Amino acid sequence: MSLFTGVQNWLDERFHWAELIGPLKKKTVPIHKLSYWYFLGGITLFLFMIQVCTGILLLLYYRPGANEAFESVQYIMTRVQFGWLIRSIHSWAANLMILTAFAHMFSVVFLRAYRKPREMTWLSGMVLLFLAMGFGFSGYLLPWNTLAFFATKVGTEITGQVPIVGHSMMVFLRGGEEVTGATLTRFFGFHVAVLPGLTTLLVLIHLALVQYFGMSVPPGLEARWEAAPGEARQMKFFPSFFLRELMAWYIALGALGALAAILPWELGTKADPFASAPAGIRPEWYFMFMFQTLKKIPAKVWFLDGEVVGILVFGAAGLLWMLLPFFDQVGRGRGRRFIMGAGIFALSYIIAMTIYGYMAK
Amino acid sequence: METQEPAKIQPVRRRLVEILLGGGVVASIVAFVYPVLRYLVPPPVPDLGGDEVVAAKLGDLKPNGSKIFRFGTRPALLLLTAEGEYRALSAVCTHLSCTVQYRNDLHEIWCACHNGLYDLNGRNISGPPPRPLDAFQVHVRGDEIVVSRKREA
Repeated sequence: MSLFTGVQNWLDERFHWAELIGPLKKKTVPIHKLSYWYFLGGITLFLFMIQVCTGILLLLYYRPGANEAFESVQYIMTRVQFGWLIRSIHSWAANLMILTAFAHMFSVVFLRAYRKPREMTWLSGMVLLFLAMGFGFSGYLLPWNTLAFFATKVGTEITGQVPIVGHSMMVFLRGGEEVTGATLTRFFGFHVAVLPGLTTLLVLIHLALVQYFGMSVPPGLEARWEAAPGEARQMKFFPSFFLRELMAWYIALGALGALAAILPWELGTKADPFASAPAGIRPEWYFMFMFQTLKKIPAKVWFLDGEVVGILVFGAAGLLWMLLPFFDQVGRGRGRRFIMGAGIFALSYIIAMTIYGYMAK
Repeated sequence: METQEPAKIQPVRRRLVEILLGGGVVASIVAFVYPVLRYLVPPPVPDLGGDEVVAAKLGDLKPNGSKIFRFGTRPALLLLTAEGEYRALSAVCTHLSCTVQYRNDLHEIWCACHNGLYDLNGRNISGPPPRPLDAFQVHVRGDEIVVSRKREA
């Protein structure tokens, strides 16, 4: 204890530590029956930190390149001690992170935490979700296995369908007209340099905004608390909520370790650019709803290609979804009802199409 | 610290809970850190080539000439003295592991990194190297010059 207070005093004398962490000490977290949803963002952050750590560990042995990538992952999984575990944790945490990010996003929609003044927090969160999906898409290719090769071929081909700029975007992503070793080099660069840098920056902005605005209270409850301030219940962020959050992280780590050990991620077979695509080619599950939709759109819709229609619709829907908070004040409750409806529709659509995608052959 | 007040009330029970909780947390942290530490240790690289390697063909080297060849995982130096005798030595400087070279102007083995000098038997004669270079055996088998490790007597 004395060492701790000694260090604290040392820092305080030099950096006015107490002033720096003052706002954190003042921060409170409202207590109500929906408080559990506040943990999701933190768990997503924790999984991101796991990704950074395990990603750095994988970089110790991984070699990008069409001739080496698959073999190096195989080496990690068979020769390096606990290599299978580290890679499995990286894959599992990636998927769980997308899942918790989605859950976090929908909880924000349904608890209306996006509303004024938190529009920018929502926007930064949406960009973070897109970055996370970019991580998933680029990381999926890195082991250079058959499944990833064809998923990347299809994924970048879809980018190529975007009107006007599509072809250039596809060539930029692939590093040429085809998916080759050049694509792998690019995806590796995106995955380990570009995306981590951008994501770290945005995470800091996102957290600063959360800190600045404080925790959102669901609107119904907020109105009641404003009417009767005596009823408002809250706990200190530090240490009360922080310790609870740590417990949540601890449980998440346990679940992650168990999943990774019991259901280790498979590697599959090495990609062969001149072999036919095997049956069962599919993207990561979080792209499944889009993938399945594109499969179901007819080849021609009116005078447009089906793919183009799908991309345009998804693009428009994505944009609308990003701008969701700005509809909150529209009309007298009309905007709010629209957002609720959009939220329920989006969630049901994603779940239904994902299940359909896995059931359909 | 005012938060320590309750500890005085039931010190023994609280201490037990603290030990159980702390022990559990420490044990699980060890369980997560141990695999990471093991992961950091690179797997041993198999020593390809064994104890014997064909370093060169007869006629590859002129008298007072030399050649660096691969012996297992490390470089080695084959040289033909002006008198026509083959010698094979480890090419790894005993100072800080740079690869040495034969200087045919000096008739000595020289390390460019820190100006270390060895004679043609591999003995360190000048500069920072602390030990002689390891010497290998040379046999001529047909037209091949075979280098092998000296067997420990």
